[in-house]
Amino acid sequence: MKLFWEAIKGLGITARHLIVNLWKFSLYYVGLSRDKGVVTVEYPEERRETFPRVRLRHRLLRREDGRLRCVACFMCATACPAECIYIEAEEDPDHPLEKRPRQFLIDLGKCAYCGFCVEACPEDAIRMDVHIPELAEYERDNLIYDIEKLTKK
Amino acid sequence: MVWVIIKAVVIFTWALITVLYITLLERKESALIQDRIGANRAEVLGLRLNGLFQPFADALKMFFKEDYIPPFVDRPFYLAAPILSLVFALVPIGAIPLADKLSIDGREFSISVIGSNVGLVLILSLLSLGIYGVVLGGYGSRNKYGLVGGMRATAQVISYEVALGLSLVGVLLVYPSLNLNEIVYMQNRYVLGGWVPLWGIILQPLAAILFLIAGMAENKRVPFDLPEGESEIIGYFLEYSGMKFGMFFVADFVEVLLLAALFTTFFLGGYNPPYLFQDGFHFPWGGALLLSPVWIRVIQFITFNIKLWIVVWFLLLVRWTYPRYRFDQLMDLGWKNLIPLSILNIIITAGIMAVIK
Repeated sequence: MKLFWEAIKGLGITARHLIVNLWKFSLYYVGLSRDKGVVTVEYPEERRETFPRVRLRHRLLRREDGRLRCVACFMCATACPAECIYIEAEEDPDHPLEKRPRQFLIDLGKCAYCGFCVEACPEDAIRMDVHIPELAEYERDNLIYDIEKLTKK
Repeated sequence: MVWVIIKAVVIFTWALITVLYITLLERKESALIQDRIGANRAEVLGLRLNGLFQPFADALKMFFKEDYIPPFVDRPFYLAAPILSLVFALVPIGAIPLADKLSIDGREFSISVIGSNVGLVLILSLLSLGIYGVVLGGYGSRNKYGLVGGMRATAQVISYEVALGLSLVGVLLVYPSLNLNEIVYMQNRYVLGGWVPLWGIILQPLAAILFLIAGMAENKRVPFDLPEGESEIIGYFLEYSGMKFGMFFVADFVEVLLLAALFTTFFLGGYNPPYLFQDGFHFPWGGALLLSPVWIRVIQFITFNIKLWIVVWFLLLVRWTYPRYRFDQLMDLGWKNLIPLSILNIIITAGIMAVIK
């Protein structure tokens, strides 16, 4: 008999969840309330806020005059445990004392997203603050990002 | 003859659409119980309506899946099993009255496909035949797991059928007729100054609970879903794929509809809303609302649907609340609890009836 009562109580719990969620979601659905009541995040349309320190895709920063901050010092490539950064340096024709990268490739297929490159950079030229988690590609070669793709926010 | 075919087409279309939306209700209700939203992506012409078209997408997907027949199966049995399963679940729905009889030009139309005088017996016998689908599915698959699953299902369904039948005996003692229409008529009486309807759930509460539990076990649904147990216990439809599996699946939901319809008919006053009589509403607080016969049938059909959905809602709530029984506990519940209780119910009912007479 006690078990029977417990079974009824169980039904009460599920029924309460059902009715409370139904009420809250109905109000949300017709636009009367901001509280959805359910935990679902409907991903492509709405997404969860990423944390400020999350490490995702890299970004190469530019100076105020539009040149890349990167001076091709190879610190990031040296620090990288996955060896996924490939840099080719050249002289900057406008500023004869400086170097700049002719090519700067990051193979995101190899990258471990450890953030050591960001720590190593003396010029604050590379950051991992692009909060976009969608990096999937059909071809592995598409995961090798060049300067053009890396400077995009 | 033509009328029977038209009625069959209309009523079975109604039944199948209801079944489709029971699947949707199941998905939505389970989602809300678990603090989720549930399927809401199906889209027709840019209209989503929070998933209202999902059942049709499901059905389409089921139709276009590859239908693979393993080379080792016993083909006749293997092919017959899903059809038997679905047919024997669907046909009894034809015997349930969805509204009162309608007489046009002196001819009587029953609003059910089979306007039988022995509807109850017909339904019970067709329900028992449904086991053949399960058994042949397990046997025809030529797979030991499938066979064991089929045997387990058979043991369960047969033992709970006893409790199901015995719980209905109490109802038959109170409403002495096998004609479902007359059982509904006899529930449309009122006591306590005309306020309380003499529905089955008021006269036979124990039988109602027993019928519901036994019916759920008969349906092979959670908490009694040992024969199916999609992911954990291998069931009788192990070797089925595509639309053949779909037919077993639909048969499952048709049985939910059937159980809900039977519960409505026997225990919730059938198609009659409270205080509706042959010529319209007569309220106990005085006052009446007279309606034409056709309107009364329409109201009765709507009422039947509302009651049906309430029962379906409750069945799904039960399904998403309880964990699964162990097999020996299942047998204990059936043979040691439900059957003695239903016999007790018969004895008490018969005693009270004898005293009243």
